[in-house]
Amino acid sequence: MKHALLTLLLALTTAAPALAAPAVDEIVHKANLAAYYAGDDGKAQVDMVITDSQGRTRKRQFTILRKDIEDGGRQLFYVYFKRPSDVRKMVFMVHKHIDRDDDRWLYLPALSLVKRIAATDKRTSFVGSHFFYEDVSGRSPEADKHELVEETDKFYVLENTPKDPDSVEFSSYKVWIDKTTFMPVKAEYIDKQGKPYRRVEALEVKKIDGFPTVTKSKVTDLADGGSTISVFSKIKYNIGLSEKIFTERYLHRPPREAR
Amino acid sequence: MTRHLTAAAAAALLLVASAPPGHGRDLRDALYDDYGVDFAFFVEGRAGLRLDRDLDERDATVGETRCQVELGGDAGAARINLKADFLADGVEEKVTAALREANISFSPHDIVDVKAGRQVLTWGTGDLLFVNDLFPKDWESFFIGREDEYLKAPSDALKTSVYFPFADLDLVYVPVAGTSTYVDGSRLSFWNGLAGTLGDRSNRVHDRDRVSFGTDAEYAARLAHAFDGVEAALYYHNGFWKTPEGIDPATRDLVYPRLSVYGASLRAPLLGGIGSIEAGYYDSRQDRSGTDPYTRNSEWRFLAGFEHELGADFTGGLQYYLEWKQDYDEYEANLMPGAKAADEYRHLLTLRLTKLLLNQNLTLSFFGYYSPSDHDAYFRPRASYKITDNWTVDAGANLFTGDDDHTFWGQFEDNTNVYAGLRWNY
Repeated sequence: MKHALLTLLLALTTAAPALAAPAVDEIVHKANLAAYYAGDDGKAQVDMVITDSQGRTRKRQFTILRKDIEDGGRQLFYVYFKRPSDVRKMVFMVHKHIDRDDDRWLYLPALSLVKRIAATDKRTSFVGSHFFYEDVSGRSPEADKHELVEETDKFYVLENTPKDPDSVEFSSYKVWIDKTTFMPVKAEYIDKQGKPYRRVEALEVKKIDGFPTVTKSKVTDLADGGSTISVFSKIKYNIGLSEKIFTERYLHRPPREAR
Repeated sequence: MTRHLTAAAAAALLLVASAPPGHGRDLRDALYDDYGVDFAFFVEGRAGLRLDRDLDERDATVGETRCQVELGGDAGAARINLKADFLADGVEEKVTAALREANISFSPHDIVDVKAGRQVLTWGTGDLLFVNDLFPKDWESFFIGREDEYLKAPSDALKTSVYFPFADLDLVYVPVAGTSTYVDGSRLSFWNGLAGTLGDRSNRVHDRDRVSFGTDAEYAARLAHAFDGVEAALYYHNGFWKTPEGIDPATRDLVYPRLSVYGASLRAPLLGGIGSIEAGYYDSRQDRSGTDPYTRNSEWRFLAGFEHELGADFTGGLQYYLEWKQDYDEYEANLMPGAKAADEYRHLLTLRLTKLLLNQNLTLSFFGYYSPSDHDAYFRPRASYKITDNWTVDAGANLFTGDDDHTFWGQFEDNTNVYAGLRWNY
């Protein structure tokens, strides 16, 4: 009896941290919502500075409009470019799906042309920066297996391994998730040889309209030293964006919210 | 003199644009923030050379300085857009100023958009092939290596778009039909069917544009529906051939006969890429029997395309295109004496390859047309590099080849050229 009690006590104490931490799936779900689904819709201006391995810089400026059809599910994105001048007024539009490939369009104003984009690889550079398409619109939590490998005072540290290793360039990545806000604040990617080669981090997080929001983020190519810093401004949530903005009509006629 | 003026204007713009910014803002920010005016321009130099000169044409296919200025702003609930090109053209030895866009757009109703004035219009699913897009093109610009933007010539039109819950309807009215800028011998040589030889500067042809307001009006419509990633559309065009497909036997001028086009298209995700099909019936209304040797016969046109990602920042696209001449027996029986007969079926294949390198600052592209029935081809290799956010340099070639002088691409063989350009964007 005494032995049984001891066993129970031991079991309780060792299980205690596990009880305090939510299930891994719940952390992943909440982190996905915090990072990509704040509010029902949102808007931000993004100023990017891309620095290559030799220190040369390029700049990008665009407005992102986002609307959620369902939390954690379908989403619509409208990216309106302002700078540099040669991409001015171009629009990149995405209908993000969970159950199939996203639909992507590019509007070329000089030709008044709506082009359907065939590329489906989301792990390629977004507008020549170190950010991938997937960093902007979010990687499906279903694409990876998740494991809670560490818990600190501030963070849950998850290790994520792809279910289809051939579809991506990494072997795994770790994500540091803020315990109070569930905002992912750092991700480190390990290449197929086991070396860390890419880091995505939030440099600044602020509360805007009640939502914890990354206002400055950075991606570093650990192999060649190049990096991209994004600064987010003019951020607004729940502005009542209509679903019809994310259609061909508004590619030809950018809405005031984007300009 | 005028060329000096253009150069002076370009220099002035450069000075204005590089003026020290106040409070960390540049001119563009200041104009937009303080006056709501959207302003941009570029200055470009471009030069190109023939690889082989047999005919009476210049060695240079292009040699020009261009400045394009763009202004936009809100006027109440409407929006005004202006885009003008100032061009000093060393090949045709002239200086021109042309409006590319001058239009006003507004929404008279929640589901209606109107755009009135000079505008670039386009629709359809083809990649550098057009079935239901009967809006004017500038083929000469395309063949000498100007930016793709200049393939599309503007129209003076009224475009009304109505967005019903079940479909989008576009209606276009053009009071005086515009025509495509085509090869007439002044800069590029071509097959002159009337003379039965290649035409050049000393053997040019003259066309007679459509000019009567109302009588020479064009109407076009598109009904489009998109659902779950699938885009379907119906098209209608009532106007004229865009290239001079007729001859006035009395004056031997080239003319633009009446044409109606009825078509449809479908575009959807397919096998991990994008697939599309498009068809159109070209009703050549001035030669419905196909017996008039001076007017092009009616025809069917089909297009099927597929685009797929081939690797990181690397895409490929294939298209098959068919022109099927109707009433072929009548066409053959009534051919002008000595004229070369075109095939009943003209098959065309195109291939596009695009690769982005160096953080997407370098674009290598290839576009090729090949006709197994005409035994001719047109290849467009091109490289473009963004030196900085403002400076872009590009170089490429327009390579024409063919067994015969009278086929579509074969006639341009003596225009094979290489070119390079440098652009400064503000």
